[in-house]
Amino acid sequence: MIARLLQGVPRRALALLVVLLAVMVGAPFFANDYLLTILILVLYFAYVGQCWNIMMGFAGQLSLGHALYVGLGAYTSAALYVHFGIAPWLGLPVAILVAASAGAFIGFLAFRFRVSGVYFAILTIAFCEFARIGFDHFRWVGGSGGFFLPVTNYTQSDLWNLRGKPVMFYYVILALTLGALLACHLLLRSRMGFFWQAIREDEVAARALGINTFRYKMYAVIISAGMTSVAGVFFAFYYNNLFPEQVFHISRSIEIILAPIIGGIGTLFGPLLGALLLTGIAEGIWELMNALGFNPPGAKQVFYGICLLAVIMLLPNGVWPSLSRALGLDKRTDKEP
Amino acid sequence: MPLEVYLNVAVSGLLTGLVYGLMALGLSVIFGVVRVVNFAHGEMMTIAMYLAVVLFAQFKLDPLLMMLPIAALLFCLGYAMQIGIINPFINRPEHMQFILLVAVAIIMVNGLLIVFGPDAQSVQTSYSYDSFALGPLIVDATKLYAGIAAIVTALALFGFFRFTTIGTAIRACADNYTGALVVGLDVKRLYALTFGIGSACVGAAGAMLVLLIDVTPALGPAFTLLAFIIVIVGGLGSMPGALLGGVLIGMTEAMAGLLFSPSAKSMFAFAILVLVLLFRPQGIMGKKPS
Amino acid sequence: MTRKSQHTDAPRARVSRRTFTAGLGAASLGAAGLMTLATPHLGRAQGAPLKVGVLLPRSGYQAGIGQDCYRGVELAGPIFKELGLPDMQIMNADTETSVDVARARAEKLISEGAQVLVGAFDSGQSAAIAQVAEQKGIPYVINIAAAPQITEQGYKFVFRNFTTAGMILNGAFANQKEVFAITGAAPKSVVFMHVNDTFGTAMEKGIGAVLAKVDMPYKIVETISYDPAARDLSVEVTKAKASGAEAVMLVSRLNDAILLTREMVKQRWSPMAVMSLGPGWYEDQYLKTLGKLSDGPISLAPWYDPNKPLSKQLEAALAKSSPGVNLNTNHVYTFEALLIAVDAYKRAGSTDPNALADAIRKTNITNNTTTGPGIQFDAKGQNDKLQISAIQNRGGKLVTLAPKVAANAQPEWPLKPYDKR
Repeated sequence: MIARLLQGVPRRALALLVVLLAVMVGAPFFANDYLLTILILVLYFAYVGQCWNIMMGFAGQLSLGHALYVGLGAYTSAALYVHFGIAPWLGLPVAILVAASAGAFIGFLAFRFRVSGVYFAILTIAFCEFARIGFDHFRWVGGSGGFFLPVTNYTQSDLWNLRGKPVMFYYVILALTLGALLACHLLLRSRMGFFWQAIREDEVAARALGINTFRYKMYAVIISAGMTSVAGVFFAFYYNNLFPEQVFHISRSIEIILAPIIGGIGTLFGPLLGALLLTGIAEGIWELMNALGFNPPGAKQVFYGICLLAVIMLLPNGVWPSLSRALGLDKRTDKEP
Repeated sequence: MPLEVYLNVAVSGLLTGLVYGLMALGLSVIFGVVRVVNFAHGEMMTIAMYLAVVLFAQFKLDPLLMMLPIAALLFCLGYAMQIGIINPFINRPEHMQFILLVAVAIIMVNGLLIVFGPDAQSVQTSYSYDSFALGPLIVDATKLYAGIAAIVTALALFGFFRFTTIGTAIRACADNYTGALVVGLDVKRLYALTFGIGSACVGAAGAMLVLLIDVTPALGPAFTLLAFIIVIVGGLGSMPGALLGGVLIGMTEAMAGLLFSPSAKSMFAFAILVLVLLFRPQGIMGKKPS
Repeated sequence: MTRKSQHTDAPRARVSRRTFTAGLGAASLGAAGLMTLATPHLGRAQGAPLKVGVLLPRSGYQAGIGQDCYRGVELAGPIFKELGLPDMQIMNADTETSVDVARARAEKLISEGAQVLVGAFDSGQSAAIAQVAEQKGIPYVINIAAAPQITEQGYKFVFRNFTTAGMILNGAFANQKEVFAITGAAPKSVVFMHVNDTFGTAMEKGIGAVLAKVDMPYKIVETISYDPAARDLSVEVTKAKASGAEAVMLVSRLNDAILLTREMVKQRWSPMAVMSLGPGWYEDQYLKTLGKLSDGPISLAPWYDPNKPLSKQLEAALAKSSPGVNLNTNHVYTFEALLIAVDAYKRAGSTDPNALADAIRKTNITNNTTTGPGIQFDAKGQNDKLQISAIQNRGGKLVTLAPKVAANAQPEWPLKPYDKR
């Protein structure tokens, strides 16, 4: 099994992977809580970026409304927990079901009516905005007043109810991220993965080859939406309060897609690298400007925007493809896009 | 509810819709011809609004008179943006263009925040609070002026694209990119011109809108989204379509606000968008995609 | 899209040496950022200034209010010196109007040695900071945030010197009655308009229950909720006008308050009174933008008592530091949050978080500014003694009408019609 997983992965990459894994597992032993919070954010964005990448990077469907699936996952699990006392791990399948159904609905409409490209992207925004206003009026989960999960004091970590210290959340999101990485690795090499890539490269040609493009695009949306909702469950129990204006806001959807695009779209390590870079850049700018004593509100975001602009203009494929080439990791992994 | 209420709301919805249309015209030009997903549209409008505020505060120049100068300034901005950063992205995938313009938008919003501060700024003219009363019907004067400006701008654009050589060349680029290259059109320059013209519309709209809405740095994203909805509903690259899309969205929101809860009225705008995308993807006035 | 085929070949662009080094540059900047995170700046000294971490939304869409709150921080230092209170060292953080950032910044401030946290205006951000503070056992004093749930979680390190939605409602109706008694007139019907956001819905939810108890002279004939991001409120005003109500009662924010007033003027509707149960209508921006049209609305809101000596001191200090700015809720409640922290430090004589939290719990400050007897906390960490003021806009200034102890003017009633100004 393991041998099959590692097939075609160069030695150097393997060694780096092991080091990376060791650093990430060991992080809580040397990191303070602030660094841990930042790492949780990095992993969170790496995870949702990975999920989004399935749709865009693998199957070529641009979604700008992924906050919808995060929000549905968050609200479903939180509502089950608050109203019926159902533990998050039991609520998780329901959350996945709800989000995957929403994804299936949107996908069905879009693909049946041949909505694609920018139009598809706008459609996903529309549904997300629709949900935002809808949840603003959904009194059962607090409406625009916000939905609060009870917070008990953190003397010990209760993994079953996802109540506990940041360390527990760190390992949960680390496990999720690694799980998603593995899942995507397998998906990419599966039959479905090859079909997706064929659709991404040229949908008409893929159809001509006899690939049922409708069905495989549907799979991509459903899998991506379902996986994304897991991040929502995490979000709900980590932050303990949900506001539709925060959760479903379009800026949330944009945050989700920045990491994989900067890191390298369609690649396995792009989302993780992108999340690490973007968070690092944001914090680095903040530190630098504080040190320089020039930090009016907004200045940090201006420099962040400039960095974003620079990366996207100079490295159109994202950072990962160039980095892996420089590190000599791309040998024999020509199958990976 | 008495009939006059419906009448008032309908007229107000119509004018608001025309204002929306005016706002979306620029995007219709850019998105319709250059096919670039200009996600900094609302932010550019905010810049135009700040220009109007500064001109009024410093030199007492009326925004209505400043529509053309501000449009000219925005033309330069748009032209420079297309030449400087967008042209290399013309043939890149949409998500790349999207991120590029998101980055531009982030820089614009926060640059404005640093320069102008977070407080809302407004222009108070002698006619800011005027309204005309026709029996029970009350018409907002500034909205009426903005509505007229929208129609005039749309007509001017329509004429430009139909009757001038450059306009025809630009339409050729939009209709057939490769063909335009083949017949030797300087597509990059035409695109820059188009982006400039679209931006000029944004400038004119911004100068007009500042009479109706106070400007803050964070105003942009909502405008961007609204403009995209209108352009898609109305039809890409169609000037009458943008106005019609604006009116449709404006009227729907107004009526939904009257009959249902006003806080949920934008849901109806999104519902229209979804219906149009599914059943008439080229938009109400759009041409069938080739 | 028609040019689909051209798009697909683009991502294969080659990477030159130059572009790659640029990428590496960005990467190393990122790495440098993460490195600095890994080295916490610890070290606490006895008798040194109290390190107060101030978290406010100073960019993002709440930037305006966040920066207004910050004026309260700037006022605090010099006045504390005059009061003979211990020094404090302010550590600033911008939450960027985001829950994620608020949480991360709270962690960062604590890791850099903040001994008390203060902030953050918004309920969502405050709730996120509260969790961090509680986990770390660092006292957190909320300046402004009205969602009742924050102090209902059983927290031991979280304190709020601000009114909850319920307190605002109860106080608002009591003040309205006082105003009606002075003027001898009251509307028989009102239309209730509220913004559909956290604060607006909390108020709307509570209003029915409170109204049933207090026996007001009017009935609510219609409730209209509207979108906080609305660009146009003409339909809302048409609807309100058509309801035939004599007066209008609202919960709004700043931008919508301005929009609503403009629409009322344009639609030629002058109700008997405009009674606001929250922010917006008293804010400087409102007064400045609308000029003489801003006169008249009565706000029933958490406010300061202009007759208290400390309030006079604050007014004078603000007049000097920011001429033309009226002292308001944002300033005084942010100021008082810092006052609570420093006062506790003085009594505790130590920066030990437990000692500080204990001292805050036993706070009893009577020389303060906000309306009410003073600052004390109940078992939940909520100042339940706070009162609401009725204030009215008059010629670009704000006067207090009720409660009686805090009043400095008589009400102007009814609202002067907009077309006769």
